[in-house]
Amino acid sequence: MSGRPTLARRRVPGPPAPPDSDRAAYRVALLELARRDPRIWCLDSDMGGLEKQFEAELPDQYVDVGIAEANLMSMAAAVASTGLLPFANTMAAFASARALEQVKVDIAYHALPVRIVATHSGFSAAHIGPTHHAQQDLAVMRSMPNLTVLTPADVGETIRMVEAVAYLPGPVYLRLGRNPVPPVYPEDTDPGFTVGKAVELRAGDDVTIAAAGAVPVHCALSAADTLAERGFRARVLNLHTIKPLDVPALVAAAKQTAGLVTVEDHSVLGGLGGAVAETLAEHCPAPVRRVGIADAFCPRPGTHAEQLAASGVSAEHVVTAAMAVLRT
Amino acid sequence: MTAEVAEPLGGGIGGIGDLAALRRTALAVREHVLAIGAGPIGTHVGGSLSASDILVALYGAVLRVRPDEPRWAGRDHFVLSKGHASAALYATLAEHGFFPVEELATYGRSDGRLMAHPTLAVPGVEFATGSLGHGLSLATGLALTAKRAGRDNRVFVLMGDGELQEGSVWEAAMAAAHYKLDNLTAVVDRNRLQINGSTEDRMGLAPLADKWRAFGWQVSEVDGHCFAELVPALRTPPAEGGPLVLIADTVKGRGVRHLEHRKQNHFAKLGPDAYERALSALRQAA
Repeated sequence: MSGRPTLARRRVPGPPAPPDSDRAAYRVALLELARRDPRIWCLDSDMGGLEKQFEAELPDQYVDVGIAEANLMSMAAAVASTGLLPFANTMAAFASARALEQVKVDIAYHALPVRIVATHSGFSAAHIGPTHHAQQDLAVMRSMPNLTVLTPADVGETIRMVEAVAYLPGPVYLRLGRNPVPPVYPEDTDPGFTVGKAVELRAGDDVTIAAAGAVPVHCALSAADTLAERGFRARVLNLHTIKPLDVPALVAAAKQTAGLVTVEDHSVLGGLGGAVAETLAEHCPAPVRRVGIADAFCPRPGTHAEQLAASGVSAEHVVTAAMAVLRT
Repeated sequence: MTAEVAEPLGGGIGGIGDLAALRRTALAVREHVLAIGAGPIGTHVGGSLSASDILVALYGAVLRVRPDEPRWAGRDHFVLSKGHASAALYATLAEHGFFPVEELATYGRSDGRLMAHPTLAVPGVEFATGSLGHGLSLATGLALTAKRAGRDNRVFVLMGDGELQEGSVWEAAMAAAHYKLDNLTAVVDRNRLQINGSTEDRMGLAPLADKWRAFGWQVSEVDGHCFAELVPALRTPPAEGGPLVLIADTVKGRGVRHLEHRKQNHFAKLGPDAYERALSALRQAA
């Protein structure tokens, strides 16, 4: 020992900081659920952190499969088949591509209650680049029979969502990001949460902005502010459930407003925009503009917001799309 | 049939069971496989015939199961990872009372439930399989939950040898050894053929026993057509501390001399003459 006053330099342990990202909030909610119900298991694939937060307290409900996502999904299916409720943890890029066959055959086909929790969705892995970006996961997951597909808008909604899906009878794909996100709902309110029911965040009858996920919902709200300055009242819908889609809310928006703008941290192909366009084309044709990631891989590093903006997703893009809908 | 099927055969752990009964059942299963192969959609004849004795040994003398209560919680689990051998599985399940033998005639028919790859709709099917490389992971998950819960169910999985070329098999092999799953027994149907030819010519598996040992498994090599070897090998649980793999030396097309060792029999739709010839060869050899 050098005799330096190291003790004085140590941080005094205090209560853990409240979660500031949906993935951090999810971990708090999962642990809380698992404390109450030993059937809740956490299957990890070297995600970093779950071993400290979950395994340390509930080792009998925790399994680390290592860096092996295919095995993760099949083992989760088998665990679920015995009456347990496993949460299978990986990144969206791997859940929706590398391990997709195991998701399809062992989880979705068997309709087993596995909760696939996929972080780093969309461009939220940011500077890491396209190996870890997931701009295709909604397109593939929502085409899987039996699967419920959701993505929360903020920390509070993540917690409500985890509790709401924990006991759904079938499999769930829970799409999370990576980075800190600001709150959408005021802290002192409990807006509740119903799977498959969109939340109207802003009332309006001129145009509808339908968004899914934390960054897209913020783009939508910010765009609604800009549109309000221009004299247009935009309805903002948080479509946290991609499947099953809230068809009545979409049809009402199509009937009551000039048209819809969809916003997502996902390819313009096959995700929220695709789902909304398909639905309205059949049920109530209306102008639809899709704000999403252009059909290309992200070409350069940057922050999450910078990369999204460069690929077509920002509040400005939403305003432009909304003005186009209003002019139709 | 109400009791666990292993009981009437006796012999205990390491015992042989009723060899004559097992041979009779195996012949019946192979006859069903040929009949299914002669049906409207054909079937994977070669790999069904190579796996028939393993399946009959399991259901006739090893597994603790209740045919009239297929999802009984106390059952031993069996996963047919090489799901394309569905004809042999369905025939074995039917012969052991999971559903009527007459239903085998509906294989692949739109008014039935016998899909060419096993589905959950069929009594006794643990998992819908047929996409290769999933079964060992599923069995590993089952074995892990049983072990954590302190249940004494054993878990068995039957894989093809060509299937071992799938990378996911080795993810599961690592996990099963890591978690010391000594309630898990894997069987490899080592018939040495895949669609394109010899496994060793197309994507070599040798030294196969060494591969499993290197992954932390106990390995035993058995004659996959000899009940006197198969039954005790399957009845004996893995030694404490890790999973066991039985590499079962088998013959693709086993039982029908002119189909044996031929890659062309991987999938077959037998016409009336081919069916009669195969059936006659099977009965002659029995």
